[in-house]
Amino acid sequence: MDYRTPLSRAKGLGSAKNGTDHWWMQRITAVTLIPLSFWLIKFLGLSLTAPYQQTVDWLVSPVNSICIVAWIIAAFYHAALGLQVVIEDYIAAEGPKIISIWAVNLAFLFLAIAALLAVFRIVSIG
Amino acid sequence: MAEFTLPKNSVLIEGKTFKAPAGAINIRRFEVYRWDPESGENPRIDAFELDMDNCGPMVLDAILKIKNEIDSTLTFRRSCREGVCGSCAMNINGRNSLACTKAIDSYSGTIKIYPLPHMDVVKDLVPDTTHFFAQYASIKPWIETQTPPPADSERLQSKEDREKLDGLYDCILCACCSTSCPSYWWNSERYLGPAVLLQAYRWLVDSRDENTGERLDELEDPFKLYRCHTIMNCTDTCPKNLNPAKAIAETKKLLVQRKLG
Repeated sequence: MDYRTPLSRAKGLGSAKNGTDHWWMQRITAVTLIPLSFWLIKFLGLSLTAPYQQTVDWLVSPVNSICIVAWIIAAFYHAALGLQVVIEDYIAAEGPKIISIWAVNLAFLFLAIAALLAVFRIVSIG
Repeated sequence: MAEFTLPKNSVLIEGKTFKAPAGAINIRRFEVYRWDPESGENPRIDAFELDMDNCGPMVLDAILKIKNEIDSTLTFRRSCREGVCGSCAMNINGRNSLACTKAIDSYSGTIKIYPLPHMDVVKDLVPDTTHFFAQYASIKPWIETQTPPPADSERLQSKEDREKLDGLYDCILCACCSTSCPSYWWNSERYLGPAVLLQAYRWLVDSRDENTGERLDELEDPFKLYRCHTIMNCTDTCPKNLNPAKAIAETKKLLVQRKLG
């Protein structure tokens, strides 16, 4: 028998006093990704038919290398933030929930590092 | 994981059919969810064929006619019969609303009546709103001040500040919005839901309240507030045409404003 009052149950552990940063960063990365994704689609479209060396030359130009690095950071950060919310929504059990959130965040961190390293390699070595 | 299918003891079975009296011409069929916790049986759908020439215009009139003339065991909440008390909130043809303000003629064909979704059922059309009202109590829905009231007058408010409460104070806490929200279905233990968040915002924007910061502190939580994903079912279903989604968005804006200065 649970003798806790409904109010005690409703209040639970109280407020975590965060969540605004998570929500706000998700919006910021979403808005950032709109122009960056248009740029990426155009860049990939050009690269598809251009010779390899031409693509490398384009990527080396400061504007393009800044845009691709910004896209990678924003996209992977946005994906990690969003998937964490999906996990919190649908996985109720505390253990699996925490493990999934860790797994998703680490996976996106390593994917972002791999993508950034690939860009630096292309830009510096060619 | 979230539960996507009904547990075995909640699966609906076919119930009884009550035919319209002989000679009735204008007949409408009502299918009503029935469950009696004492019977040990699964919930069932009973069908009632009513003579519309001998029935009031609203869905609540039909339900009252069933209880008065056909099956007195039908259990539901009702009080004011004019959309002020919020008692007769139920799911009518797939949409949460107040039975007393929905005209039978606004629907075509069979009218299907269920209790509010994803709440524990007490009996028939009566949902258990204990947790819902405990969540309401948790946001302290009353004025909080340090300054004593003026000795010779009430706490004054400008007309403009009073207008900020329009569309907020009108909420009757019928729970139509919260029980239409998928986020509230999956996480109602911690997510406050649109109705309670609209009420919380009502006190955030009240110019007379002196605890805005503490109220925001209490709301700033990944689950209490940020489970709202702007699904908008709340605003879509509100029988009083209020906009809980906007109140939640405004609360989020206040939290960002507080952070960014």
